Amino acid sequence: MRSLAFILIFTGVVVFSSNNANAQCKNFAKRVCRLELSPFIHDGNYNAAILTEGEDAELFKTFYAGQEYRIAVCGSESLPKVEFKVMDVERRVLFTNASKDYVPFWDFKVEATQQLIIMVKVLDNPGGSDPDMLASGCVAIMFGLKAN
Amino acid sequence: MSKRVLADNIKWLIGSTLILFLLGCSSESSRKDRIEVDASEISSQELAKEGIQTARQIFYSLPSPLETAMILKRSGAQYNEELLNPVDNASKYTTNKSMALNLGIYSTDLSYASLFDQTQASIKYMAVSKRMAEGLGILNAIDNTIVQRLEENVNNREAIMDIISESLLNTSSILEEDDRVAIGSVILVGGWIEGLYIATSLVDDVKQADNELVDRIIDQKLSLSTVVNLLEQHKDNSDVNEVLGDIKALAAVYEKIQISFSGVEAVEQEGQTTVLRSKNVVSVNPTVFNELRNKVASIRTKYIM
Repeated sequence: MRSLAFILIFTGVVVFSSNNANAQCKNFAKRVCRLELSPFIHDGNYNAAILTEGEDAELFKTFYAGQEYRIAVCGSESLPKVEFKVMDVERRVLFTNASKDYVPFWDFKVEATQQLIIMVKVLDNPGGSDPDMLASGCVAIMFGLKAN
Repeated sequence: MSKRVLADNIKWLIGSTLILFLLGCSSESSRKDRIEVDASEISSQELAKEGIQTARQIFYSLPSPLETAMILKRSGAQYNEELLNPVDNASKYTTNKSMALNLGIYSTDLSYASLFDQTQASIKYMAVSKRMAEGLGILNAIDNTIVQRLEENVNNREAIMDIISESLLNTSSILEEDDRVAIGSVILVGGWIEGLYIATSLVDDVKQADNELVDRIIDQKLSLSTVVNLLEQHKDNSDVNEVLGDIKALAAVYEKIQISFSGVEAVEQEGQTTVLRSKNVVSVNPTVFNELRNKVASIRTKYIM
């Protein structure tokens, strides 16, 4: 009986903490990261995940000729700096915010329609408040469109 | 069961719940948990790297209904209300799959109407999108305040676009939160097909030089791989798998269209937006274009029923 109760509680706690983290991530994306897109209009898509120090994620998206875009990449306060790179399909780096003091957004337009890869990485922070612990938190990647 | 055994079990349950709750709430993991590999164990290190790469989170982002509508307008498309999915069709959509596809379709229709300042159509399509979202159990995605704000801002296009963007974000984030990402991908594909349907229906003369609308339709070949990858991630869901079949049939037509790419170069100019310079060379003949138009129309007809 104890084993069954343990499994039930464990599953419940995992589901609860995962839902709670997702809810926090949703609020962070809506209330913090979306504001970074202004004066561009957010495209409405939601791309966010919980990442830990040293972890990275990639996003594939097609960008259309003539449209001006803003990419905003935001990490929650609990995280160290978040680096983002924009690469072409051959993974040649076209932009990195590491050379711009980790600015959280970048504006650009494409002459011809292109599929690009956005790579985000939470930097290691061995000098953090607790050197034995890895910080984790929400990272959101959002896209803004300049109105016609 | 004696009272003592019951009391012991309750204490044990409370104790384990508290411990697990505290573990679950921790936002940090131990730095010591990381595997440290010395230089002599290079093969293990490579294996570990491979493991990290496999576990890396990958997102596939499709053009949203709002972006699709903006691309249409920028390409010189005209407004034609006859192309939209009539709101009266909404009563036909009773399954999760049909509601999800048509939430995407109606969201693109809403965005398209709004960008062309069609206020009555915008209000009508926001209401029907709300109905589809509620049918899918996404009750707060488009609430009454969103509809009310839309009605109050009918003459302010930017405010309307912001309201549409907010409702799209609510929908996708609630689905993610509820672990229903698969259904979110079906919504996006519905919206994408509707954009393609409107665009292909508006092309009169495919042979006309510098037809920007034709160029943007051909460009969708690039988004098509994203659509396929997105759906492949959730193909164990039967609704997604059915939609994937339709998209693969569309991909077979797109295979007949050739696009060649030059390298991309980022050109940064002081005080100006960075431009990614490149050139695409496209080759499509009218027969293939008509085949594409017919395929898109048949998929869309199947979706709106």
